[in-house]
Amino acid sequence: MTMTTTNEMTAAPPAHRRIANADLIGLAVILLVAAVGYFLFPNNLALLTRIIAAALLVLSLDLVTGYCGVATLGHAALFGAGAYAAGIASAHYGINDPLAMLAFGIVAGAVAGLICGVVILRAHGLPQLVLSIALIHLFHEFANKASSWTGGSDGLSGIAPTALFSLYEFDLWGRTAYVFGVALLVIVFLLLRLIVRSPFGMLCRGIKEDPIRIRSMGASPKIALTKMYVISGAVAGVGGALNAISTQVVGLDSLSFTMSAESLVMLVLGGTGSLFGALTGTVVFMFFEDVVSAANPFHWLTMVGALLIAVVLFAPKGIYGTAAALITRRREAP
Amino acid sequence: MQPIFEVRNLKRAFGGLAVTNDVSLSMAPGDRVALIGPNGAGKTTFVNLVTGNLKPDSGAVLIGGETVTSVDAIGRVRRGLVRSFQVTRLFADMTPAEHVALAVLQRSGRAGRLFGNFLGMPGVMAEVEDLLGKLGLKDLMHRKVSEIAYGQQRLLEIAVALALRPRVLLLDEPAAGVPQSDTGRIEQALADLPADLAVLMIEHDMDLVFRFAKRVIVLAAGAIIFDGSPSEVTKDPRVREAYLGSYANASHAA
Repeated sequence: MTMTTTNEMTAAPPAHRRIANADLIGLAVILLVAAVGYFLFPNNLALLTRIIAAALLVLSLDLVTGYCGVATLGHAALFGAGAYAAGIASAHYGINDPLAMLAFGIVAGAVAGLICGVVILRAHGLPQLVLSIALIHLFHEFANKASSWTGGSDGLSGIAPTALFSLYEFDLWGRTAYVFGVALLVIVFLLLRLIVRSPFGMLCRGIKEDPIRIRSMGASPKIALTKMYVISGAVAGVGGALNAISTQVVGLDSLSFTMSAESLVMLVLGGTGSLFGALTGTVVFMFFEDVVSAANPFHWLTMVGALLIAVVLFAPKGIYGTAAALITRRREAP
Repeated sequence: MQPIFEVRNLKRAFGGLAVTNDVSLSMAPGDRVALIGPNGAGKTTFVNLVTGNLKPDSGAVLIGGETVTSVDAIGRVRRGLVRSFQVTRLFADMTPAEHVALAVLQRSGRAGRLFGNFLGMPGVMAEVEDLLGKLGLKDLMHRKVSEIAYGQQRLLEIAVALALRPRVLLLDEPAAGVPQSDTGRIEQALADLPADLAVLMIEHDMDLVFRFAKRVIVLAAGAIIFDGSPSEVTKDPRVREAYLGSYANASHAA
């Protein structure tokens, strides 16, 4: 099978099984990286949990941008909606069970996805990008103004999740939150692997390449993309809820243009149209950001910029995409 | 026989120019009709009006007796009016099997399914293999479309259209751009189209038209100037006029 693009959905009979293997390998890699992180940075689990939450946002963005070709710089709206919903449920309504908070986050993310999808999908290309930017500013401003609910610019505090399954308290070191996050990431990852390979995933891939062709096959690109937006919102909502539960505070930055743009940067860094690419990009970006900003607090942004330029110039398919293409080429060579 | 496809007094003007001017035609199941006409005759506009990508100023389009003039393009496909494209519009990164599977799944209302892989759906794969087998594409079914020859891509266009089980098939220059050596395969595919399918082929290649069509419609300046058998079309003075202009008359007089 050829895997010269980063789309891991291209399927062939021998690849049929290879794809299932890829799932297992991906799962193993996630768990391995998670375990290594746990033992290497036992005092910095909060950062690792933040990386997981960001990874969920980037995976969510990959669904609409990488797999469907929708241009958006407002994807944090879905993440922030999830974070605020989970936070408000706990801070204002006393719903402190982490799984219930997660459910609120998922639903709010999906609803935000539906709203954003309906608006953004009305346009294409540059106008679409502008609409997405307008949306994230609207979401941000709404959260800012509704301060009695959201805490406005002070952030939402008073989030107090109870023990997970009434057994595991969210401890000061963030161990429970980290394990919870890894478990969520694994579940989401496996579900998404199924979805991108499903008939619906194939339909979306077709829409990305040629929506007119899809229409002439009797399918509505708009309905399919809206559906993908809702799924994407649910995934981002998981990330948002995880963030609210683990940090026990929700700030306006979780609903910001900056976060939206950063998630797009992470996706491009790793490689669009691939779940592995989304994960790789997030880990590399967040980790690089953390290390470089500690090493040089004045010029770290410059270095992040340099890294980005290097990747875009020399590995336009992203880190994972380029690596995957290299491996495929080597495998195909006699 | 009850017509499966009908166009009644279709009109469409751009600015002051009538690009489709009072066009009417009717087709029965099993019809093999070729629509020809010189460049600028309004063939593309006619196709767009029929498929629902363009709204007519007046007139009606009927599929199986149902008026679909106000139905959008997607709705018309679902009612059995399927087209192929003059320039192949395939998904470069997908395989022929995926193309046909997507069409089969869409037709059977399963293209929105979130789980399961079509490779593991026996009903779908059987149909995919059957269709691609008939068109000689089975060996290539898991290659990427960007890696297969243009003639094979044209065949795949037909396979995708057939997978939608159309009642009326609009073929827009099915052999356009195909090297001479490969046209035989396409002609064979056209000859093997389901017998009860009504086929309207838009084509420039007169050899192909004469071999395929039982009936020829000539469009010129937006209006039908001839509707009859292939053997008569070349003798019709108005058709000669439309194609060759005054040159035809001059040579005629000579």
